[in-house]
Amino acid sequence: MGKLAVFVQALSNYGVFIMLLSKMKEGQIGIIVRVGGNGALRRRVLEMGLTKGTEIYVEKYAPLKDPLELIIKGYHISLRVEEAANITVDKL
Amino acid sequence: MHKKNITIALAGNPNSGKTTIFNNITGTRQKVGNWPGVTVEKKEGSVSKYGHDLKIIDLPGTYSLTPFSIEEIVARDFVIEESPDVVIDIIDASNLERSLYLATQLRELDCKVLFALNMADVATSRGTKIDANKLSELLDVPVVFTIGNKNTGIDSLLKAAIKLAESKSKISQKRKVKYSNDIENSISKLQSFIEERIEQNLPYNIRWTTIKLLENDKIVREHIRQKTGNKSLEIFREVGTHRKHLLDRFDEDPEIVMTDERYGFIAGIIKEVVTKSTKRRVDTSRNVDLVLTNRFVGFPIFILFIWIMFQTTFAVGSYPMEWIDSGVNWLAAILEPSLPDSLFKDLLLNGIIAGVGSVIIFLPNILILFLFIAIFEDTGYMARAAFLMDKIMHLIGLHGKSFIPMLMGFGCSVPAIMATRTLESNKDRILTILITPFMSCSAKLPIYILLAGTFFSAKAGTVIFLIYITGIILSIITGRLFRSTLFKGADAPFVMELPPYRVPMIKSLIIHMWDRSKMFLKKMGGIILVGSVIVWMLTAFPRHINYSMDYNEEINNINASFTEKQKKAAITKLKLAEKAEKTEKSFMGRIGKTIAPVFAPIGIDWRGSVALLTGFVAKEIVVSTFGILYAAEETDEPDALKNALLSSEMTSLSALSLMIFVLLYLPCVATIATIRRETGSLKWTLFSIVYSTSIAWAAAFCIYQGGKILGLT
Repeated sequence: MGKLAVFVQALSNYGVFIMLLSKMKEGQIGIIVRVGGNGALRRRVLEMGLTKGTEIYVEKYAPLKDPLELIIKGYHISLRVEEAANITVDKL
Repeated sequence: MHKKNITIALAGNPNSGKTTIFNNITGTRQKVGNWPGVTVEKKEGSVSKYGHDLKIIDLPGTYSLTPFSIEEIVARDFVIEESPDVVIDIIDASNLERSLYLATQLRELDCKVLFALNMADVATSRGTKIDANKLSELLDVPVVFTIGNKNTGIDSLLKAAIKLAESKSKISQKRKVKYSNDIENSISKLQSFIEERIEQNLPYNIRWTTIKLLENDKIVREHIRQKTGNKSLEIFREVGTHRKHLLDRFDEDPEIVMTDERYGFIAGIIKEVVTKSTKRRVDTSRNVDLVLTNRFVGFPIFILFIWIMFQTTFAVGSYPMEWIDSGVNWLAAILEPSLPDSLFKDLLLNGIIAGVGSVIIFLPNILILFLFIAIFEDTGYMARAAFLMDKIMHLIGLHGKSFIPMLMGFGCSVPAIMATRTLESNKDRILTILITPFMSCSAKLPIYILLAGTFFSAKAGTVIFLIYITGIILSIITGRLFRSTLFKGADAPFVMELPPYRVPMIKSLIIHMWDRSKMFLKKMGGIILVGSVIVWMLTAFPRHINYSMDYNEEINNINASFTEKQKKAAITKLKLAEKAEKTEKSFMGRIGKTIAPVFAPIGIDWRGSVALLTGFVAKEIVVSTFGILYAAEETDEPDALKNALLSSEMTSLSALSLMIFVLLYLPCVATIATIRRETGSLKWTLFSIVYSTSIAWAAAFCIYQGGKILGLT
């Protein structure tokens, strides 16, 4: 687990509903708090509309549990679990 | 009336219906080629309308103009460098928010932009209403409604484009994205700093250039370096100061903040132009997807679709293949008696007709395969196939979409490699092209059947299966190896849109299929023709051979003695021996004998090396070369070749080694031509040839020598 993941885990232990997108379950809704990760990947994720404050709905995981499908800004997008682990969300 | 030329570029997101609109405007008057220097497809078409000659250019579908992928660089460069008269941005109305990201980037470039709000009917049916006038007013851009798949609104779109191109008014500088105060401050300060330091005008809009420099855009930096010479250092230092300032202020890279703010700006527009009804509606596409990517039935359905594609391509395709084959034979049979025996006749029949025949025989496969790929792509299923397969493919370091080309490789590498065009990242594309030839193609099967059938009789099926598995394992090893060496660095991110399912348009499918096939016939034909003529020359020359005996005289001698039946058999035998000796003493045979020492450590004799050399034209030929060299033709006596092989020096171990070598060594000339075309690089083509052949030799060496040590024969 990276530093961020440890931090997020600690927060959720205190009842703050902030978690990594990769830990969300099918059918859950959240709002993006932060998009991490390095240069090109991060920019690409942002440009596809996964910006701070965007509402996301976890539509489903692929049969092999990776990648996952989200609905954002009215369209469907898929991300690998490892990429979703860079995104922090506020679970609703 | 004087006709005026107008260049119109079509920009838009993938799946925005851009291609449909392009097809509707240009019909079949399209030219498909590549953008200079890269293997991104370039489509253009011309049409005369309303007294103007319109040249329409279909830019690659992109989500943004940030130069990360080749498609984005190509699209942006075209707009900046070629300055088309008008850029039409095709916007998927049912996906307005994300589509506006590209739109705002186009708006920031200094070009005349026009929005086509496409598929507004879909948006309406989903309960979304868009106020086009308001959108037009807010961004100061003309907006036209279109429904691409029903061909409505195209005429008014073209009229609006012509009107915009003719208008003398300057491109409005207002109504572009407004950033927050800190960023706007930096932009205006940096902008005047640059303006003071350049004598001649920059070719591009100065505000845009400034923004790109703040975003640390490598391509724009390079342009500035070239334009301003030694003053660039000063400019870059100033850019660095501003970037540092913004980084401190926002605790984020400026390009990240600006991406955020662009979406913020878009959110503001959406609020004003879109009204959503809250009524819940049935989302057919979503329901279909719940089945097709279902945890339990998703994979079985996927396998079924692939199986249907495979079966149709190679089983149904085999009928037209037979017709083409008999057509070619018919042509040869007609020409045979009507031409006098000459070198030209030999060249025409055995070189050109046989060579071209071996190419066009693939046409039915190509047509059917690309029809399926077009259906998968146009319905939106291709993205789901990638979604299902990505986990597995990611283990090899590839993208989910690489699965289709690799699978097709079991049929024929030529269409398989052409199918890599569906991959967006160039790295993924080249890696997939490099490993696809390890998927044992159907032309190699006759060789396995002959050798395994001869030497492993009852276990032949298992042996052939293991050979296929070896190919798959080596492709996985190769993929992982290259990912961690030649293609080092992060994988292309799997941030992929899953577009709604749509009913494909027949017209688009046919255009898609025809484009591919035309390309195949035109480009491959030339190279394969040359290749087969060369191989023909090597086997046909030298014309005069010193035979070990005078076959004609021997044949005459026979005539005098035996009974009819014995005579016929003896003559056939002599004729075959003559043919074998002719091949042995031709240039091809001599080359085979010269390189035979290379093959000795893997248990292949000179006959094997000649057969492998001829396999360069097409793998099927290997079997017929064996037939000639062992003086046995299968048509006369079904088991003749088998018996000849069994009584030769070949052992089951050397047969296995030969099969492994055939599995892995250099692909046929058609495949090489395709690799050359699709990688666009001679370097990668040569690399592929050398790599596959070395692996083939190494693997065969291990098997042969290892087997010998273990005492197997």
